[in-house]
Amino acid sequence: MNPSPLPPLVIEAGRTERHYWADLWRYRELFAFLAWRDLLVRYKQTAIGVAWALLQPFLTMVVFTVFGAWLAVPTGGVPRPVFVFVALLPWQFFSASLSGASNSLVSNAHLISKVYFPRLIVPLSAVATSLVDFLISAVFLAVLMAVYGVAPGPAIVALPLFVLLAFCASLGAGLWLTALNVKYRDFRFVLPFIVQFGLYISPVAFTSDIVPERWRPLYSLNPLVGIIDGFRWSVLGQATGSLWQCVGTSAAIVTAVLFSGIWYFRRTEKTFADVI
Amino acid sequence: MSAAAITVEGLGKRYTLRHRAGGPGLLRDRLANLLRAPFRRRDPGSREEFWALRDLSFEVKQGEVVGIIGRNGAGKSTLLKILSRITEPTTGRAIIQGRVASLLEVGTGFHGELTGRENIFLNGAILGMTRREIRAKFDEIVAFSEVEKFLDTPVKFYSSGMYVRLAFAVAAHLEPEILIVDEVLAVGDAAFQKKCLGKMREVATGQGRTVLFVSHNSSALLDLCERGIWLQQGRRAGDGPIRETLSTYLQTGSAMQREFAVASDRPGIASVELDSAALQAGNLRFRVTFRSPTPLRPPVVGLIVYNKLGQPVCGANTRMTGPEWQPAPASAGTIAAAIESPPLQSDSYRVSVWLGDAGQDYDHQADALSFDYVAPHFHPKSPPPEVIGPLNLPWKWSWEDRA
Repeated sequence: MNPSPLPPLVIEAGRTERHYWADLWRYRELFAFLAWRDLLVRYKQTAIGVAWALLQPFLTMVVFTVFGAWLAVPTGGVPRPVFVFVALLPWQFFSASLSGASNSLVSNAHLISKVYFPRLIVPLSAVATSLVDFLISAVFLAVLMAVYGVAPGPAIVALPLFVLLAFCASLGAGLWLTALNVKYRDFRFVLPFIVQFGLYISPVAFTSDIVPERWRPLYSLNPLVGIIDGFRWSVLGQATGSLWQCVGTSAAIVTAVLFSGIWYFRRTEKTFADVI
Repeated sequence: MSAAAITVEGLGKRYTLRHRAGGPGLLRDRLANLLRAPFRRRDPGSREEFWALRDLSFEVKQGEVVGIIGRNGAGKSTLLKILSRITEPTTGRAIIQGRVASLLEVGTGFHGELTGRENIFLNGAILGMTRREIRAKFDEIVAFSEVEKFLDTPVKFYSSGMYVRLAFAVAAHLEPEILIVDEVLAVGDAAFQKKCLGKMREVATGQGRTVLFVSHNSSALLDLCERGIWLQQGRRAGDGPIRETLSTYLQTGSAMQREFAVASDRPGIASVELDSAALQAGNLRFRVTFRSPTPLRPPVVGLIVYNKLGQPVCGANTRMTGPEWQPAPASAGTIAAAIESPPLQSDSYRVSVWLGDAGQDYDHQADALSFDYVAPHFHPKSPPPEVIGPLNLPWKWSWEDRA
């Protein structure tokens, strides 16, 4: 056997830091395999399989459409199902990623205590798995828009940017919850609350325009506001009055949450194998 | 081939034990403490430090096959975990030259819902193989595991033997320069174990690969390793040719004893002890202590010795005693059981203990103790017990006819 071309690997306290990002790249196949496993396993032994990815947003859409129509919430002339579903898309992605990521480390505990790999892969692959469900829903949205005869405008080219923003928001918040959940299992109980409550303070069933002006700054601190308004703008061409402030605030908050999430996750991951 | 593959310098790992409710912390406690005394340091007296490894240094050359020996809790697993980067050392460092694969368990990451084929890929990736490597080895892995017919069946329907065979097969086809193995040989039936051992030997000696091997199995250690490192309470207690290290280690055992919690309302086994001085001399002397809220009429204690495959080798209970020992009612006590020079092969054994009375069993401690027995007259040409069985009987050989 030839002498290894690899540089020597030094293991000492605090040393993992230095190879971290290189390792993350080296383990990209494992990332793909874990995401693939989660997808394969998710709908095994279910009768309707992947249709579950659609059923949940679909039923939420039906409920919001019925109640929205009853309360006469303005939709800006867009058919109500389309109006609601466009917003549900990023929301579902965010909430599914959050639930998936926060449980991912605990449910992969056996791996973490037996094999080395950058732990970031685990929540990352959970978010990637939700992204697949998101894409399935996106196809459904296209069908829905065709049925209602709604065509996207030129702003649609900006959609990938908002998807990226949603991805970063999910990952950032997911990392915080994941790391906290390893140490404090309290966060298992916090999560359903965030998911439930978040749906009502995000502009899924309504538009940001109905929020009174003086509450706008507080309201837009929810990063999902900018993301959802952005989705509505790029898919339906519907711009709210405060669209760009909201998007700007959202981008700033998402960036902060993502980087602090990575920082906190990295800081705690060294001890995962010891406390999990 | 004399370059160092692994250099360990002053390695230490400290764990902090909290003397409160174990497990993950409760946020409530943290918050409550923070509110009560925001500037005080947290509970200084309630934690205790424990060094699982302390100031450990050694060097392993390329191509060496080293056995790590020591009692449970001596730091062997911690060492392997540090070298496989699962956990970080507190002090010191280790320098590793080459690609490492570690097998701390077979079947890490196997998922019951996935098929055998899918699990081969998943497990291979987890162990550090690339997709291309797995694909190249796929047929070999399948052939080795002997589960061709069930490749597209979810592994949750596998028998435990099939599961383990598939898991070992993936692991055995890794091709790292440095292989770290923890006690994975205790799997499968005897025939498959033999095959695993053979594969291990091939892996270890065939291609100049460096291997660190942790095991309690003396015969496997003797068979595979050239050198032994003996750990005791996190420090290096011995280092040298495997045969010498192993025999000093086996002779230096402290009293082997296990204590068990006994509920106050039920008869129970309080401790099981094996006299290690007697064990060195080749005798088995057990002491079983029990307690009971009401007298047992009479107490019945049973012992069964198993080989490392979990097959019973010998056993007895106090119902089977001869005229020299008469059971009498008792609510607590220690019962001794001895076999002088048992006709056993040198191997690892485990003991399970039962407690009952004339009518029923009350308590059972499976694998209460494990011990390594070294036969006083060990013949160097003796095949391993997996092949010739656990009994070391005084065979008489003679010529009946000769030409």
